[in-house]
Amino acid sequence: MYLQMVGLNKHFETKNGPLVVLKDIDMNIKQGEFICAVGASGSGKSTLLRQIAGLDAPTAGEVRIDGQTVTGPGPDRGMVFQHYTLYPWMSVQKNTEFGLKLQGVPKKIRREQANYYLNVVGLTPFAKALPKQLSGGMKQRVAIARALASEPKVLLMDEPFGSLDVHTKEAMHEFMLELWQRTQITVFMITHDVEEAVFLANRIYALGSRPGTVRKEMAIDLPNRSTAVKRHSRFHDYRDELMDLMRQHGREALAV
Amino acid sequence: MKQEDPGSIRSHLQSKTLRPTVFWRVAEDIPPRLRTVFNVTSIALPLFLWWLATTFGQFDPKFLPSPAQVLTAFGQLLQSGALLKDTVASVWRVGVGFLGATLLSIPIGVYGCSFASIRALLEPLFGFIRYMPAPAFIPLLILYLGIEEEPKILLIVIGVFFFNVLMAMDTVKFVPKDLIESTFMLGGNRLATLLQVIFPYVLPGLIDACRINLAAAWQLVIVAELIAATEGLGRHISVAGRFLRTDEIFVYLIIIGVIGMTLDLSLQYLMRVSCRWADQKR
Repeated sequence: MYLQMVGLNKHFETKNGPLVVLKDIDMNIKQGEFICAVGASGSGKSTLLRQIAGLDAPTAGEVRIDGQTVTGPGPDRGMVFQHYTLYPWMSVQKNTEFGLKLQGVPKKIRREQANYYLNVVGLTPFAKALPKQLSGGMKQRVAIARALASEPKVLLMDEPFGSLDVHTKEAMHEFMLELWQRTQITVFMITHDVEEAVFLANRIYALGSRPGTVRKEMAIDLPNRSTAVKRHSRFHDYRDELMDLMRQHGREALAV
Repeated sequence: MKQEDPGSIRSHLQSKTLRPTVFWRVAEDIPPRLRTVFNVTSIALPLFLWWLATTFGQFDPKFLPSPAQVLTAFGQLLQSGALLKDTVASVWRVGVGFLGATLLSIPIGVYGCSFASIRALLEPLFGFIRYMPAPAFIPLLILYLGIEEEPKILLIVIGVFFFNVLMAMDTVKFVPKDLIESTFMLGGNRLATLLQVIFPYVLPGLIDACRINLAAAWQLVIVAELIAATEGLGRHISVAGRFLRTDEIFVYLIIIGVIGMTLDLSLQYLMRVSCRWADQKR
């Protein structure tokens, strides 16, 4: 398995004793998959992503990428955050090549690499612009280009389209699928948006809340991946099943 | 359980709509031309009132000299070279003291605050010393360092250093955590994150802190010169006071204001040029 979570547990110490955020998470992800982990707030999905990123250490269990145990953050995992994390004083071009600069790639090579990925995300005309001159969707595309420029083993995405408006979001979904097919990259994305997950993922993990556990694993098999597929009956079946699951979780969470 | 219908609240509401205004706009810009007019008035009106008072009021020039008398005094002081000598002396003291304090305090503040460990070590001590007024150190400084240049410069260093460190620390607190973590994810180590992400991010805040503390440095140099000095703007004011040369006091006060404002404007300019990305939208 390419990306693996083995018996992952995460507790946080609080005044009222330990708070269990993630409980016995096991996931096995093959190279080239597009995985969405869907959960309501409180499902620990952000915490899960932070363990994979290496920004937090699990209380028990481990995350393995390509056979190696994750011990800390590093550029073999590209990360796109929910909030805009471009460096405001750097141009789009400089932002895109910054990861390569940090890793000591010579200027000429990193420039070429950045240009390639800026072209992939369709932002070559904005190479000289500052982040504040870009729209929200464009900022996230730069963040994706920046993450991809280091040619990571997996792209981690933390509700990357959460703060975009509906139309931009839809455009970004199509963009993501095209990017995924073109680069063959493994994607692990977390979201609370069920439709987004069904449309993008080839496999979905539905997370339950308090503590976060894997409640259901669901392979998505759709005839194609165009916007029209959202009217397909199978799309609705997947969506309704997940929605019911989430609703049930929501009630359980309220009952506690 | 049936509740009584309270009736509509509308009849109790006093109808109020926000009236359009130019002068009283809140958090909004006024037309540029009007701003220029106001800015000029800000300087011109007090000058005019001063002129009015001294022309038509019966003031003893030793109490309140007229603008013309102050201008004459300015010409004399300029010609005798005293003004230039005093200005150079004061500017030099502020320059050396402020630069020294800044060069010390910014690395300590920025890098100290980036590490919670160093912050925990420094913050209590600096927060404590900050509340000791710098002029209160004068007797000690004279005792340790005599009455030459060193105690005056050190007074400025003391007065600026602790404030600058704490203000620099504050700017670092506002660096978004996501920005630092995405740098780690891109392969940045701690040093690179410090130098290439945290420092550029806080630079506008640092320049702002310097602007504020430069004003403090100017106050301290005047205080320092009141104690023991042979030249300097503050020194000259205290001498002029002894001889009732009110016109000269006015000249020196205005000069101090002009130099301070020039320094402030140049720091603002530096900020605009070096941190174009941080331009406020307003």
